[in-house]
Amino acid sequence: MTTQHSTAPAIRVHGLGKRFKDLVALDDVDFEVPPGTVFGLLGPNGAGKTTAIRILTTIIPPTSGRAEVLGTDVVAHPGAVRRMIGLAGQYAAVDPNLTARENLRLIGRLTQVPRSRRSPRAAELLDRFDLTNAADRPVRTFSGGMRRRLDVAAALVPEPPVLFLDEPTTGLDPQSRTALWELIRELVADGTTVLLTTQYLEEADRLAQRVAVLAEGRVVADDSPHALKARLGTTVLELGMGEDPRAVRAATLLAERLDRAPEREGALLRLPSPDGSLLLMDVLHALEAEQLTPRTIAVRESSLDDVYLALTGRRTSSGGPK
Amino acid sequence: MTAVTVTDLAPAPGLSDRLLAPVRDGLAVCGRNLIALRRVPRLLIFSTVQPIVFVLLFRYVFGGVVGAVLHGTSYIDYLMPGVFVQVVTFGAVNTAIGLATDLQTGLMERFRSLPMARSAVLSGRTIADLARNVFVVALISGVGFMVGFRVHSDVWGFLAGALLVLAFGFAMSWVFAVVGLAVGDPETATAAAFPVLAPLVFASSAFVPTSTMPGWLQVFANHQPVTITAGAVRALMLGTPVGSQVWQALAWDVGIVAAFAPLGVWLYRKAV
Repeated sequence: MTTQHSTAPAIRVHGLGKRFKDLVALDDVDFEVPPGTVFGLLGPNGAGKTTAIRILTTIIPPTSGRAEVLGTDVVAHPGAVRRMIGLAGQYAAVDPNLTARENLRLIGRLTQVPRSRRSPRAAELLDRFDLTNAADRPVRTFSGGMRRRLDVAAALVPEPPVLFLDEPTTGLDPQSRTALWELIRELVADGTTVLLTTQYLEEADRLAQRVAVLAEGRVVADDSPHALKARLGTTVLELGMGEDPRAVRAATLLAERLDRAPEREGALLRLPSPDGSLLLMDVLHALEAEQLTPRTIAVRESSLDDVYLALTGRRTSSGGPK
Repeated sequence: MTAVTVTDLAPAPGLSDRLLAPVRDGLAVCGRNLIALRRVPRLLIFSTVQPIVFVLLFRYVFGGVVGAVLHGTSYIDYLMPGVFVQVVTFGAVNTAIGLATDLQTGLMERFRSLPMARSAVLSGRTIADLARNVFVVALISGVGFMVGFRVHSDVWGFLAGALLVLAFGFAMSWVFAVVGLAVGDPETATAAAFPVLAPLVFASSAFVPTSTMPGWLQVFANHQPVTITAGAVRALMLGTPVGSQVWQALAWDVGIVAAFAPLGVWLYRKAV
C-alpha cells in the first residue's frame, strides 16, 4: 500500500465562494485539513458552516473557488468524492418508517457495501452507538438523541476515510454528547479525517486540532484552539460592577489608566490579559481611587468563546454570562 | 499512519456499473418505500377507501340518471374503467407527498451525498407508487365485481385495460414527482394538486359521457388524457371497438414521462 496521500491534505478548500441570489454565504474561504485530524468549523447560525459542508459533500456546487477531498475535486469528480465521504447532517436524516437496522442496511446497499457485509456492519454500528435494544423498532418511535446517533452511525456505514459532521451534538444530552466525542476520537485514532461544524466552542476546543472561525461567510481565524486562545492572552479578568452606570464609569477610567478599553456587557467588564493577577492589582488600585469597588471579581482561563467574541463581536449560543 | 490511495477507495465505475446502478439503486429505494407502505397502513387505507366510496356512491346515486343516456351499457360497467383512471390519477399525489417529505426530513440531502444513481430516488418512488397502484386497482376491481361490474371482453381485455390504467398512473407519478420537488413540502403539494386534478378527472368521460357538457368544455374533455385513457380501458374491458384509443393513450403516457422524468431528475440534482 502506498502512502502518497499521507502528507497531502485530506480536505483542501481554496478561494471558495457561494452566492444564493444576493446573499453571499461563503466569501473566499481557504482552509486545509491534514489527514487523521479533526478540523472544527466554528460559527453562529448563518455563518456559512453548512454551506461549506454541502459543497464539500457534493450536494451543491460552489459559485467560485475549489474544494478537494483526498485530492479529488468535488465539482469535477463528485461520484468519486461520494465514495470517500460520510455525512451526518444537522437534522436526523434517517427514514422514520424503517427500523434502525433497515436504515443502516439501506445505506449499506446504496454505498455498495457487499451484501454479506451489510448486516454485520449494521449490527456492529448499532452496538457501538448503543442502539441494539431499539434496532428493530421503527425510527419514528426514537427520541431525538437516538435518531441523532443513528444518523451518525449511517454516515459511518461505508467506513469513509473522510467524515463530515454538521453540528453532530446539537440537541444531544450531555451523556450522549460525551459518548459521541469519545467515538470521534476513536475514529480519528484509526486514521479517519473529520470535519465538524459546531456552535459550541467547548466542542471545538475538546476535539479539534485546528479551528476555523467563520463569520458571515468569511474565515476570520484559522489556528489551533490553543493558539487562538493565546492570541488574546491566556487569562480573562471579569469584573461585575453591579449597575450599568458604574460599569460605564469604570470602563472609561480603566481605558485612561491602563490604555486598554475593557469590553463591557451590561454591568460586566472583561479584560483579556497574559497575566491576570498582575492586571488585577492595577485594576483594583485604579478603581479604588474612584470608589468603584467591583461587586464580583473573577480571573479565569480564556475560552474559545472569548476568542470568538473578540473576532466577531458576537457571542456564540453556548457562551456568555447569564 | 495507514494511508490509502484514492484508487483503492474509489474504483472508477465501469460501463456495466453505469448501466446497472440506476436499476440497482432504484430497486433499493423502491424497497424502502414499500416497507413504509406496509408499516404505515393508513397510507394505503386512505388511497383505497376513497375510491371504494366513489364506486358505491356513483353506482347507486348517479347510476339511474346516467344509465338512462348510456344506450344499453349498464352504468357500473361504464363507471369502473373511469374509477380505475381516477384512482391512479388522484393517487399520483402520493408521489409528490413522498418526495416532498424526503426533502423536508433531510433524507434527500443524505441521498445526494451517497454514491448512488441520480435517478434512483425518483424511479424508486414512482415504481413503489406503481406497485401500490397494482394493489389498489386489484382491490377496486373486487369491489366493482361485488356490485355488478362485468367484463364483456375477456380476461386479456381486462388485463390489457388494467395495464393501461397502471401506465397512466406511472406517467402521472412523474408529473407529481416534479410537483413534489418543486414545492418542497407535502401540504403544499396536496393543496397544489387538487385544482389541477379535479378538472382533469371530472371534466372527462371518467364518470359521465362528455356529450351533455357544453361545447367549449367538450373540446377540452374529449382531448385530455383522462378521457382518452378511460375510453381505451372501457373499450378493452367492454369489448367494444378499440380504434386508435389505446395508441393515443400510450402516446400520452410516453409523452408525459419523456417530458417530466428529465425535468424531475434535473430538479432532484438542484433541489436541496
